[in-house]
Amino acid sequence: MIEAARSLRYQTPSCREVLAQMYFVGVRSQSVVMTTGAATGMVLCAQTFFQFHKFKMESATGAVVSVGMSSELGPVLAGLMLTARVGASMAAELGTMKVTEQIDALRTLATHPVDYLVVPRLIACTLAAPLLTAQAVVVGIGASYAVGIHLLGISGPYYMANIDRYTDPSDVMIGMIKATVFGAVIALVSCYKGLTCSHGAEGVGRATTDAVVAASITILVSNFFLTVFLTRLFAP
Amino acid sequence: MIEVRDLHKTLGTQRVLCGTTFSIEEGEAVVIIGRSGGGKSVLLKHLIGLMTPDSGKVLVNGEDLACLNERSLLRVRRQFGMLFQTAALFDSLSVFDNVSFLLRRERRQTDGEIRRLVAEALDMVELAGIEQKMPGELSGGMRKRVGLARAIIHRPAVVLYDEPTTGLDPIAAARIDQLIRRVWGHLKVTSIAVTHDMKSARTISDRILMLHEGEIYASGPTADILSSSDPVLNHFVNGIAEPRTAPIN
Repeated sequence: MIEAARSLRYQTPSCREVLAQMYFVGVRSQSVVMTTGAATGMVLCAQTFFQFHKFKMESATGAVVSVGMSSELGPVLAGLMLTARVGASMAAELGTMKVTEQIDALRTLATHPVDYLVVPRLIACTLAAPLLTAQAVVVGIGASYAVGIHLLGISGPYYMANIDRYTDPSDVMIGMIKATVFGAVIALVSCYKGLTCSHGAEGVGRATTDAVVAASITILVSNFFLTVFLTRLFAP
Repeated sequence: MIEVRDLHKTLGTQRVLCGTTFSIEEGEAVVIIGRSGGGKSVLLKHLIGLMTPDSGKVLVNGEDLACLNERSLLRVRRQFGMLFQTAALFDSLSVFDNVSFLLRRERRQTDGEIRRLVAEALDMVELAGIEQKMPGELSGGMRKRVGLARAIIHRPAVVLYDEPTTGLDPIAAARIDQLIRRVWGHLKVTSIAVTHDMKSARTISDRILMLHEGEIYASGPTADILSSSDPVLNHFVNGIAEPRTAPIN
């Protein structure tokens, strides 16, 4: 992380590399993240409805889905899906480069591996993660609306009014900040595991597994602390 | 130009270099020979700062590499080119992107100049016109030649070769040897190769250093080393194995 910060200070990252990574991380992850968002929104809507129905509070379902998706489930689930798709790929790619001496070749060509390999991935993940999270949240709320109104019979105007009334801009802000942090975590952990992998195919395999496990756990644990810290920060 | 003083390196529990000391002057063509697994590649990686010694010094134009951080080493490495044993081409980049890698990173030349320099470098290694191929489409010998083009395109002062002919058929190996000699002659570089291929050593060197048990066992003009009557040198140069004393079960 320190080396990446140093690199950003000394070197202007290559636009071409950053765009290539943005395409890989952002554009190509959309289907996975949107499917996750839609499935989560639908099941959250159904479960909330079944529980709230006991107290005749069905119209509050939209608010629960909206707040839950925006500040918690959206960033965490998008982060975990990105870890599985992008983090594993980064660790495997960099690990393979390490064991085939491509990293050493890079260094002999007067190029710091962090400048060329880590920084573009870090920038791409940090920018793409909040955008993908926003997409997952919007699709999730849209899917929950469809399930709530058309399958469960909740009143559409009430559903939307409660979303509007109980979803604070700070909930969305908290979710976006979390997603940005998770994006950086995925890139840093995956690149670190790839660049420090041991020799051979087994080493690459282990680095890939370690990257996914370490990034996922970091996301889940840091989510708790971010929730506590950011909720207090944005408290009125 | 390059001076190695009392270099020590241990990998795991194995002592690879134990007080290695030698120097190489500008413009020399030197080959370091020695047994497989004897630390030749480790030594070569120390010369360019890819590995850090446990103790001892590697001085390049008087600058101790062990005292430099990774970013300062990048400046020193600009004077070097290196051909790896496996060529180590970037497999996600085309031949053009591989060969032009350093020039495009530095952004000192225009795109047109870079295209011309890449064409010249590929022409020098007898691979003109393959700019758009990917490394996966090339044979082992072609990959090494592209690796050589990538190593020399920025006109380094020193070119390092790590087992340049290993894994190649005799004709491809002879072609690489000729290229190494031609690069040394045309570009006036200092050439340092590690190999256990004696035919290659004979072709590409003016001086041979023998690394034996972590130390420089012998150093001298190629002809003298190859005709030496010293038992260690003689056994290695002529490929004479120690007689096996233990019975085979």
